[in-house]
Parts: sequence; C-alpha cells; structure tokens
Amino acid sequence: MKQLITLRVNGIDEELYVEPWWTLSRVLREELDLIGTKEGCGSGDCGSCTVLIDGKAVMSCLYLAMKARGKNIMTIEGLNGENGALHPLQETFIEHFAVQCGYCVPGMIMTAKAMLDENPKPTEEEVRTGLSGNLCRCTGYVKIVEAVLSSAEKQGN
Amino acid sequence: MRFDYLEPHTIKEAVSLLSTYNGQAKVIAGGTDLMNLIRTKMIKPEYIVDIGHIAGLDYVKYGDKGALSIGALTTIRAIEMSAQLKERHPVVSQAAGQLGSMAIRNVGTIGGNLCNAAPCAETAPSLIGLGAALKIVGPAGERTVTLEDFFTGPGQTVLQRGELVVEIQVPSQPPHTRGVYLKHSVRGTEDLAIVGVAAIATLEGERCRNVKIVLGAVAPIPMRARNAEGKLEGKEIDDALIENAAQAASDESQPITDVRASADYRKEMVKVFTRQAIRGVVPTPMHRAFCGTG
Repeated sequence: MKQLITLRVNGIDEELYVEPWWTLSRVLREELDLIGTKEGCGSGDCGSCTVLIDGKAVMSCLYLAMKARGKNIMTIEGLNGENGALHPLQETFIEHFAVQCGYCVPGMIMTAKAMLDENPKPTEEEVRTGLSGNLCRCTGYVKIVEAVLSSAEKQGN
Repeated sequence: MRFDYLEPHTIKEAVSLLSTYNGQAKVIAGGTDLMNLIRTKMIKPEYIVDIGHIAGLDYVKYGDKGALSIGALTTIRAIEMSAQLKERHPVVSQAAGQLGSMAIRNVGTIGGNLCNAAPCAETAPSLIGLGAALKIVGPAGERTVTLEDFFTGPGQTVLQRGELVVEIQVPSQPPHTRGVYLKHSVRGTEDLAIVGVAAIATLEGERCRNVKIVLGAVAPIPMRARNAEGKLEGKEIDDALIENAAQAASDESQPITDVRASADYRKEMVKVFTRQAIRGVVPTPMHRAFCGTG
C-alpha cells in the first residue's frame, strides 16, 4: 500500500505517495520528474544513478525511497554555482569536452562533488580511485579526470 | 518486487518483528546487497525490517584493555576512514577500503557484509584472523558466536529465528601483531574478489606466533588455511617456509569455477596472494637485508 512520505530534494520538501519497494532513483525520475539522475545497471555497479544523501555519494538504484526520509537529497538538478551560474564541475566538464553520450555525467559529477567536498585537492590518482565506481561506456575517462582536476584547481582559487 | 516495510526503533522491536515474520522477513541495513538479491528475484521477502532507525548501533570504540567493538550499523566507509582503526587495527580499515565503490561503502554496513555471508565478503577474512566474535540478540537473550563459526554456507549463517547481529567484537592483540588483506579482482575494488587473503601474525623477535591465514572466495565460506598457518607458527620465516605455506593454502582451498574465474586459476592465485600477504606481514632475512625493516 502506498504511503505518504516527505522527501527533501534539492532543498525542497516534496510530499508524495510511494510504494515501500520503490527505489530512490525511481521516485526521483518517475514521481518527481528529476530525470537528470540516470539508471544504468540497477545493481550498484555503474554509478550513473549517484546522488548525494547528506553530502555523501549514494547509488540511488539500491536505496529505498523510504530510507531517504528525513535526509537531504541532492541531485544534479540541485547543483548550482554562484548566482544561478553553472557549478564549477559543470563548467569544467564542458570546457574539457568530458561529455560524450552524457549518460554517465550526472553520476560522475555528483561523485566528483562528494569527493572534492571531502578532499578539495586530490591527486590524479585519487580522482581516478574516487571515480572508479562510475563507468563511462564511451570510455572518455581521460577528459573526465582532467575536468575534475581542473575544477578542483578553480575552486581552490 | 513487492514487500511491506517495517521500521523498528529498538533492538527489542526488531527481534520481535523478525520472530513474528520468521521466514518471510529480511533485515535491511544499508541494503546494497539485499536490494540486489530482491531486484534479481533471488529472494522474495514479504516483509523488510529496516534496522536503520535503531539508534546506537553505529560506532567504533576501544575498551580500556584495547578490545575493539564495532556497531553492526557502522558503514564500511566509516570503518575505512576511522583514524582509530587505521592506527590500531589497520588491516580492518584496509579490507573495508577494498569493498566496492565509495558510494557502496557509504551505505553498506559491516553487519550487513557479514550477515549477507558471501564467501567473498571483504571484511570477513581479516576479522576472522583477528579472532572476532559477533554479539547476537534474539528472543532468548544475547549470545556471542565467533566469526569463524558464524558462516555455514554461501548466504547461510548460524542465526536462528528472530536473531539480529548487533556488534562485532575484536579482542586486543599482542604487541607487534601485524596484518595484511589482499584482494584479487579484475576491476579493483568494484568487483567481487576472485581470491581474498588475510595474513595476521605476531612477531616475537625473529619468530612468528598466532599466525592466521584466512581465505575468501575460494570455499563455501571464508576459511582458515590451517595447514598453511601450521607451516609458519613459531618459526623464523624464510622464503622456503613462505613457499610451503602458500602451497599448503592453495592445496586446502576449495574453490569453484564461476563467472569470475576457474577453480584452477583460483587455486593458483591463492598461492600467489598468500605468498604476498605473508611477505607483507613478516619481513624475511632477505627483506631485512635489503630494506632494513624488521
């Protein structure tokens, strides 16, 4: 039976009815129309569904919506720079041509944000390790890593 | 998938729900394993008991005499990053760091990793090697089971009706105890282990005591390689002994062929990684001469 719950998504409290078995990725995409979050494998292997929960990167395809009550959920739609501009990560992904088909990018950027929030000056090795749970089937990793490193540099200034 | 979602707020409530719905209910902590089992229809529970709302099961703490206890709901990431663990039980945080991606470690819990009882459970070999035990609460009260005796088969444990693992307890280790956990997989931490090896030993001068070699992913449960341990116990370690122990571990492993590797390959890799793990723990005369360690 559906239950009425409140989810705090990108700073807004959303009231909605969910089935207890609905995953967060399903609710974000199909109930809240936040289709920036992608679902790839549905088994926690590819990282394309990554969102932030209380600032930490989480695979939303394995996370029950019921478990997300009372937490701060951030999706790619909630990522902003100053004064409505793009977030530095979004800018550097564009500058470095780090987007090919684009399917992995929301997950890549959310993981990169969680990583940079914790470690603002990562080495290239740390970026590669940090992003290792996010697969890009266009295999555009070089430019993605460059974009994240460049973003770290910009944000450090 | 369809199920009812139950959310106990105390251990007592959880135990009561698990007793009532025995056989129809599954515990969810982080859910990174359970959700996969449900999504792939390996299991079809009618009830999910979410223990994530139970307060006070998320901690890493040390007692006065150096005994370690870890709450069952502590995330794998918290164990990986714990400054205390890195200093006092580095092999535990090191093994935790090899489990899946950061996003999985942020959610998955130590209790879940153990209760899921995968033969390749990343945290099991090092904890077995350290002599860990599990505090279990059930309808009849509390009991403690050593982790070595906890697993009974793939996905199977000694947990009885209504029982819940609430804490992992690790006894204090003698001084100069060292441990290493090595994981062999195709895709680094992301992939399940083809072979996992924990080696733990206490160095007494030139000799090696309390040797534990524990293998993951090469038997129905994480297993002690007792023959390998016997080759090293009380000895001054040299390359020939290490070779004997690695061979013994390979011989006593019981791997299967599956999608990740063949049984023959796994046996060979048990030898290779046991050798490396022992070398990581015990400096041999050759190492001492070249590296000045020990």
